[in-house]
Amino acid sequence: MISDFNLVPLLPEIFMALTGMGLLIVGVSQGNRATPVICAAAGAALSIAALVLLSLGWDAQTVMNGMFRFDEFAGFMKLLVLIGLIASLALSSRYLTQEDMARFEYPILIIFAGIGMMMMISANNFLTLYMGLELQSLSLYVLAAFQRYSVRSAEAGIKYFILGALSSGMLLFGISLIYGFSGTLDFTVLGKTIIGLEQIPIGLTIGLVFLLAGIAFKISAAPFHMWTPDVYHGAPTSVTALFAIVPKVAAFALLMRLLFQPFADMQEDWFQIIYFLSVFSMVIGAFAAIAQENLKRLMAYSSIGNMGYALIGIAAGTAQGAGAVVLYLMIYIVMTAGVFAVILHMRRQGLAVAKIDNLAGLSKTEPALAYGMLILMFSMSGIPPAAGFFGKLAIFNAAMNEGLYVLAVLGVVTSVVAAFYYLRIVKVMFFDEPADSFDKNEGSFARRVVLIVSVLFVIGFIIKPSILYECAMHAASALFTVAG
Amino acid sequence: MASQEFLIQYLPILLFMAVAVGMSVVMVLGSLLFGKQNPDPEKLSAYECGFDAFSDSRNKFDVRFYLVTLLFIIFDLEIAFLFPWAVALGKIGMFGFFSMVIFLGILTVGFIYEWKKGALDWE
Repeated sequence: MISDFNLVPLLPEIFMALTGMGLLIVGVSQGNRATPVICAAAGAALSIAALVLLSLGWDAQTVMNGMFRFDEFAGFMKLLVLIGLIASLALSSRYLTQEDMARFEYPILIIFAGIGMMMMISANNFLTLYMGLELQSLSLYVLAAFQRYSVRSAEAGIKYFILGALSSGMLLFGISLIYGFSGTLDFTVLGKTIIGLEQIPIGLTIGLVFLLAGIAFKISAAPFHMWTPDVYHGAPTSVTALFAIVPKVAAFALLMRLLFQPFADMQEDWFQIIYFLSVFSMVIGAFAAIAQENLKRLMAYSSIGNMGYALIGIAAGTAQGAGAVVLYLMIYIVMTAGVFAVILHMRRQGLAVAKIDNLAGLSKTEPALAYGMLILMFSMSGIPPAAGFFGKLAIFNAAMNEGLYVLAVLGVVTSVVAAFYYLRIVKVMFFDEPADSFDKNEGSFARRVVLIVSVLFVIGFIIKPSILYECAMHAASALFTVAG
Repeated sequence: MASQEFLIQYLPILLFMAVAVGMSVVMVLGSLLFGKQNPDPEKLSAYECGFDAFSDSRNKFDVRFYLVTLLFIIFDLEIAFLFPWAVALGKIGMFGFFSMVIFLGILTVGFIYEWKKGALDWE
């Protein structure tokens, strides 16, 4: 039936699916007291999936009737996703018991969301794309509303669900137009069809616009960012950390595969859209964040702005630009994981707090934490020698090489504006009158490890930036080799 | 354009949509234009088996009704997949057979979950 039947490239996904279902059965028979065990097992399963992924041959291949594509780009992005998932699981474990939401479905939903993201990254057909996207989204909707007796969390879940369903609708409408005007759902065939066209039919362009609008929702690029602050604010903080760290990587990988492979020949059409999304996201991210008092909302706007910077690399349209995006996302997830480790640590009298003012005088009460946050904030605002600087440098460099001076200059200007709110946190921590100290003995071991690794990565990146830079470039170049 | 000749295959759909829209417009407008419009309070009041309406029709339903409906839909869809699979089983061979077995296996895991979770108990 299937000429290219080969399950080997799917082994990490298959392993995760089997483990997820097994843990579900264990969890439902043991009840919620099994949650810590299941959390640990889920973390182990994700690590084993990463090892399986590393042991596969990363040569480009397309299997299962061309539905599933595995190449170096897919492998590298999946590795990033798995690392992000492990980090966010490590961040959540203590928070779950503290907030009385330790139900065993939590780690299992993270595994299922992870399978969805990995399918998105490897999609070589619109059906695989949509299946992965929905598996990811449905798991994340449930996670957003996980604290179901909290009004805010329920609101976040419903908002995310309604807007997510709307964006899926737009995406599907775009896909149906593309199918109608090209007659194929397969990315490889679609790319060849587009090259063969003397003139691009208008329906295909409209389909592409809807497709991009749908994906822009998922990466929360302005003007499709409206859900982000409310959902980030309302969702339980550990879930916000997950939202900020992982799904964007998968959606970006999907966007890059779509634009650089099947739609490579329509670059002048998508270029304007990406250009606009990028400019708008950078400006919204920089200016709207200034007025925020809540750290979770601030991180939401920060992520919108960061997506704007990453989109510059896609707008450049070159292998160098794509490599810069991969590098930028890699640094972004590590920094964000560190920042959320600090936010999750903020508790007073057993209650989670997330206001910027709550950090006042942290340098006196908990100097180690304050210095860690200081380094992360410097990195977020792109001050050398922290890692965040190199991500921005690679992006702007790629833009300058393609003559996108306006985008590069705007990127620099908005990062100066954004530096204001990152540095304000530093100012509050170091120069304001100390507030009450946070609860002691609340820092979990896993969370501390995430923070330390993140800070060390941010400082240590300068020692040999070329290693990760070349990995990213190498992975991205796989996108530009002719699809086999 | 030569490459778009296949678009003609969508013509029946376009015609179908035109007929559907046309017929519904004709029905609604026809009764509006040619029907005798002579309302009185009795005609406009809600009719419930000859009684006056007992209460507002927008009640709150127990959430369990929705749960049962959703669970029903899942297994109803499963049957909808099973019928064509059973008919075509001779042609799709072992690959088709095991594809469905895996699908049923995944659904069974979901079924065990909902059963153990108590979603099937009414009280």
